[in-house]
Parts: sequence; structure tokens; C-alpha cells
Amino acid sequence: MRELYEQLKRLFPLGEYTEQRRDLAFVTVPKDHLRPLLIHLRDRERFSHLVLLTAVDWLEEGHFQLTYLMNDRAGKRDLGLRVLIPRDGAAMEGIHDLWPTAATYQRELREMFGIDFPGSPRVNEEFILEGWTGMPPYRRDFDTKKFSEENFNHRPGRATTDPATHMKEKLYPDEA
Amino acid sequence: MKDELKKRLVKGPDGVEFEVDPLRDYYCDARPQVEPPAVSKIVEDFFNWARAESLWILGFATGCGAIEMRPLMTPRFDAYRFGVQWRPTPRQSNLFIISGYLSTKTLKRVIRSYEQMQSPKYVMGLGSCTINGGMYWDSYNTIKRLDDYLPVDVYVAGCMPRPESLLAGFEELKRIIREGKGEGANKYAAEFDRYKANQKQVIHDWDMPDYNW
Repeated sequence: MRELYEQLKRLFPLGEYTEQRRDLAFVTVPKDHLRPLLIHLRDRERFSHLVLLTAVDWLEEGHFQLTYLMNDRAGKRDLGLRVLIPRDGAAMEGIHDLWPTAATYQRELREMFGIDFPGSPRVNEEFILEGWTGMPPYRRDFDTKKFSEENFNHRPGRATTDPATHMKEKLYPDEA
Repeated sequence: MKDELKKRLVKGPDGVEFEVDPLRDYYCDARPQVEPPAVSKIVEDFFNWARAESLWILGFATGCGAIEMRPLMTPRFDAYRFGVQWRPTPRQSNLFIISGYLSTKTLKRVIRSYEQMQSPKYVMGLGSCTINGGMYWDSYNTIKRLDDYLPVDVYVAGCMPRPESLLAGFEELKRIIREGKGEGANKYAAEFDRYKANQKQVIHDWDMPDYNW
């Protein structure tokens, strides 16, 4: 994987490189160079399969990380491309013309993270949620517990204890 | 609202155009009625005995608990020897097992299926998710109390309950029915407004009639 990275680095301005396993590595790519890199990987390096497209919300840093995981079936290796986009007005160029399956991922990201992919087929239609009007639920500043308490009736009588102290009191009452 | 639910003009085979309002024309939206028991107690007891001995389950799985149905159906636990069997349609079944967590999206389908079942009908809540939310207690799309939305006759606790607990649950339900306390459908009819208000509180895109029988 390291050779592939060195090779790609001569062609594209790549960022940080992380090797997870011998057959799995991640590379940070500037937003504008993603598309040429994907086409290069698909047509020249036999990474013909888009395994998944997902997002991570880096709330503190103020950006979303999109991960495009590519698979080289013949070479039995995976390469993940990380793209950082700003969190405010998050939008990204779609890749549904390279892999039609990406349109589904893009619809999901539009609904769950609020990342827009202009021009992607049916991207603004409901995907999983029905009648959702609030903040996209996978954003980290969405308080799922608060939402649940406000919207769903709660059955009283449910108590929680901190497992560490609770078990200590149960098992070693002298030390507690 | 979905396109297929909007009012539209349809041209019949005889060339006459007429207006179709799917929400009104395709469903009976009359409110459910409380059904009084049989006049004589001995007849009602006989009915209840018969009802208890043929629990027909709607094959509708909402969550992970559905996996417990397979060993129950098949020879190892063989629920059929208790008069319990699984049916493919709500019209033929009288027991609805809510098997595990229930998302608001599934709740909508569950309500529609429940309302299409013939009375008398029973609901069994399976697993802790239906009781108090279970491990989905802070989820943004999972309801926490099933009995706010449907009349539940019996709960089976556990995460997941083993098939043995389900069999015990069937026995418990049979006892409830024989005692004449399996009145879920009548309770639903009597407290229809409360149930509908609760359902509409969590289902935001309500695009069906209030009662689709």
C-alpha cells in the first residue's frame, strides 16, 4: 500500500497517510482532487468497486469527513479516501456518475448528516426517516436523548446506576 | 402526502370520468365499535375458551425478536401443539406480537396492520424494548412505551426472551382470555381518541385515515 501511496503522491497533492493493515489504508485528499483521483484509481489502479461512502462529524474541528472506501478486487486490498469539507453549508460534488450506487449513499448522507450533493438523483427525497423536519439526527450536536425525552413517553420506574460503583458495593461492601 | 393518496380523476372502462379520493374511497374509516359480550355468561365463557385455544399470530416482525419465532415454529419448541400458528395476513390472525424495538416508521405499519385484524384481537409485547425502550431508551426514532399506542394484553420481558418465555407468555395470554380479560380490541375502541392522539404525536407524516379497516 505504501508504494501505491508514493506513486499517487507524485500525481495528486495527497495529505496524511494511515495504514491500518497490510491491505487497508486511508489517505486524506483535498476536496477538488477527489474526482480525478477516483477516476485514476478506478481506471488505472484496478480499484473498480466503491465499497461505501460514509461521513464522520468532527464537531470540534468544524468539518465533516467523507470516507470513500475503494476496493481492488484482484489485488485484495482496500483504500479509503478521506475528504474534509466545512460543516457550515456542507456540500460536496456527487460521484453518482462514476458509480450509480453512490446516489443511495448520497441520499442517506443528505438526510442523516445534512450534506448536500447537488444534482444527485432523488437526493432531496425522504430516504429512511418519514416526516422528519428537525436537525439531521446523525449530526453530533443533535441531542438524541433530549429529543427522545421530549417526543416519546417515558415509563417511570427505570433507574440506572454506575456499573463500577454498583458492582463494587455489591461485591466488596467493606471497601466501598 | 404521497401522490397515490391524492385526489385524482380516473377514467373508467366505460369512458366515464370520476373522482377518486383514496383516503376516503379505498378504506372504511368508520370508528371502531365496542363489541358487547354474549348475552349469556356461559356462552361468553365458551367463546373465550375457543379463542384461547386458537391463537393465530400475524407474521409481522418489527425487531430482532422475530428470530425467536423460527425455533418456536419448528419441531424443537413446536408452538403448534398449543394451538398457536402463524398466518400471512392480518385478516386471518388475532394475535399481534410486537417482537422487539418499534421505530416510529414501523409503528405506522403496525397500526395499519393491527386495525385490519378481526376482533377480538390481542397484542403481546416482546422484549424490554416494548416495555420501557430497552437499549433504545434514548433513540431518536424508537418509541418507549408500546401500551401508549396499542392495547397490550401481555408483556414478555427479556432481551431477547427465549422461546420458552414466549411459550409461558402464550399460556399467560390464554389464562387472560379464558378469564374474559382479553379485551384489547374493545379498549382500543373505547379509548380510540387517546390512542390516536398518542400515535399522531410520534408519526409526523400521517397520510392515512384515522381508522383503516
